[in-house]
Amino acid sequence: MSTQVDPRVYVLETREISKNFGAVKAIDQLTMSILREWLTCIVGPNGSGKSTLINLLSGMLPLDGGIVVIDNVGLRVVKAHDSPDHGITRTFQEVRLFDQISVWDNIMVVLTERRVFPSLLERTKPRHREEAERILKSVGMWEKREAMAQDLSYGQRKLLEIGRALAMDVQVYLFDEPFAGLFPRMLEQVKSILKDMREQDRSIVFVSHNMDIVRELADHLFVLDSGALLAVGETDEVLARSSVIDAYLGN
Amino acid sequence: MSIATGALRNIQDVARDPRSWWQRSKGNIELWANLIVIGWALAFMLWRGGGFAITVGSVFAIWAILAVSLNLVVGYTGLLSVGHIGFFGIGAYAMAVLSSNASYEQLRTEAIPTFGWPFFAALPFSVILAGLVALVVGVAFNRFRDDIYVLVSFGFAVIAFTTFLSWRNLTRGAFGIHEIARPAIGSWVFEEELEFLALLLVFLGLVVLIAWLIVTSSFGRVLTAIREDEQAIAVFGYHTTHYKLAIWVISAMMAGLAGALLASWSTFIDPNSFVLLESVLLVSIVILGGLASIWGSLLGALAFVMLEEGMRFVPFLPSEFIGQIRQVILGILLVLLMLFRPQGLVGRFKL
Repeated sequence: MSTQVDPRVYVLETREISKNFGAVKAIDQLTMSILREWLTCIVGPNGSGKSTLINLLSGMLPLDGGIVVIDNVGLRVVKAHDSPDHGITRTFQEVRLFDQISVWDNIMVVLTERRVFPSLLERTKPRHREEAERILKSVGMWEKREAMAQDLSYGQRKLLEIGRALAMDVQVYLFDEPFAGLFPRMLEQVKSILKDMREQDRSIVFVSHNMDIVRELADHLFVLDSGALLAVGETDEVLARSSVIDAYLGN
Repeated sequence: MSIATGALRNIQDVARDPRSWWQRSKGNIELWANLIVIGWALAFMLWRGGGFAITVGSVFAIWAILAVSLNLVVGYTGLLSVGHIGFFGIGAYAMAVLSSNASYEQLRTEAIPTFGWPFFAALPFSVILAGLVALVVGVAFNRFRDDIYVLVSFGFAVIAFTTFLSWRNLTRGAFGIHEIARPAIGSWVFEEELEFLALLLVFLGLVVLIAWLIVTSSFGRVLTAIREDEQAIAVFGYHTTHYKLAIWVISAMMAGLAGALLASWSTFIDPNSFVLLESVLLVSIVILGGLASIWGSLLGALAFVMLEEGMRFVPFLPSEFIGQIRQVILGILLVLLMLFRPQGLVGRFKL
């Protein structure tokens, strides 16, 4: 008998994490493992804890219990400002750009020096400029670089936010509903961005309600319900389970 | 550089085709705000002559340093502080206590220790003291945001004023401190008002330069992101509390500098210069001129000083009402501005 070694590498794991809002258990003893270099999708009905999970993983909400394992290090407290060091970045369900600064500065601000005193002395460097130009062109916002972020259309804001995450150049990307509210053309654009990222061996976790996109893109699927895992596995296999389909995903 | 070449190009445009320039510029509020305030100030100075211009220029320089420093906190970082006058007062009192040479036996009021430091020794001390107090206050303030921030900074202004008034064996309370030293380099004492104005403008230039370097650095870009969404910028790896603390201390040091300059310029200070109302007026100047705009703060300070000095020459206006009417006009201006132009005269950012 040979023990089978699991060849899959986990980039991010949770062990029995919990989050309560008053009496409501938003995340309830959730244990899950996110695969490296896979496109993972989280689905589930409204209020099932998808956004809360992403907020916990990125440190925007404190954990009430359990640990998050990043690079084989277990963390009881995840700090938001440490997430780039953990190799994690994210977008927000309700797009959160820096509204009253330019599109250009929205990208530049995540490229520059993090430490306080060196950043005081740092002027914009050519390599920052080139990187910002590359990012803006890749999300099709180069022409809009002078505009204020608040003057963009909803789809453009969504794209810019994805561009800002791309600029972080990390291993794990948490995208909270990147496809919500987009017109078909932009939807295709975001899809192709995600596919390109997978080509570049990035690990992506995204939340979506659009089952066609989930079928098309996701390699791995988590189905959440009331803060707990209802089903997990490769997308085709999970979607084939009739219980999942009947209960939560409609026809 | 770019401003100078831009201005030159504008002048060439006007000369070439005045009518089309007029068409294009009619609705340009920024341009008109600049022209009116600066034109008004120049006309007034020409009319009243050199002595008036020197006094107004000195008052302007001190308010401008304050306004630029406060704009770093309010306009760029989005922390609405109404307590800035406290740091102004700390700088002023540090300068006053350290450099005053008054002999209080003759005055038959409370005596305080005299140190008799020269101006240039007391100046760095005043600036650093304001910075240290800001560091302590800032650590406590860092947990607050938005409207709560206004309240706690209000509290700081009240505490600072009460301290100036009540710590009588250091500040002489309401009696104030006399005979504060004028700057001296070797045997050259800045006794002439014109000399002092030159010194003030040098310091104003220095403060504007530092502020400009800060807001155009990577640090300055992060400040604006903190203003827009502090939680979001934290997720991209920034310790926002460190950034807020750093700009708070830098800004307080600039205000301390302004205070030290005021003390030496007027050679007498009492707590009345540091009441909460002055702090609110200062916030008004910053908003009036334009948030997140250094030029706006300079323009706002100029407009404010001209409003104050200009009122003195309105006929039939009893001089004891000047202060109050200035505040009424400033209040009306602020209401109108918030209604029709929330970014201020030349600002980029709406509160």
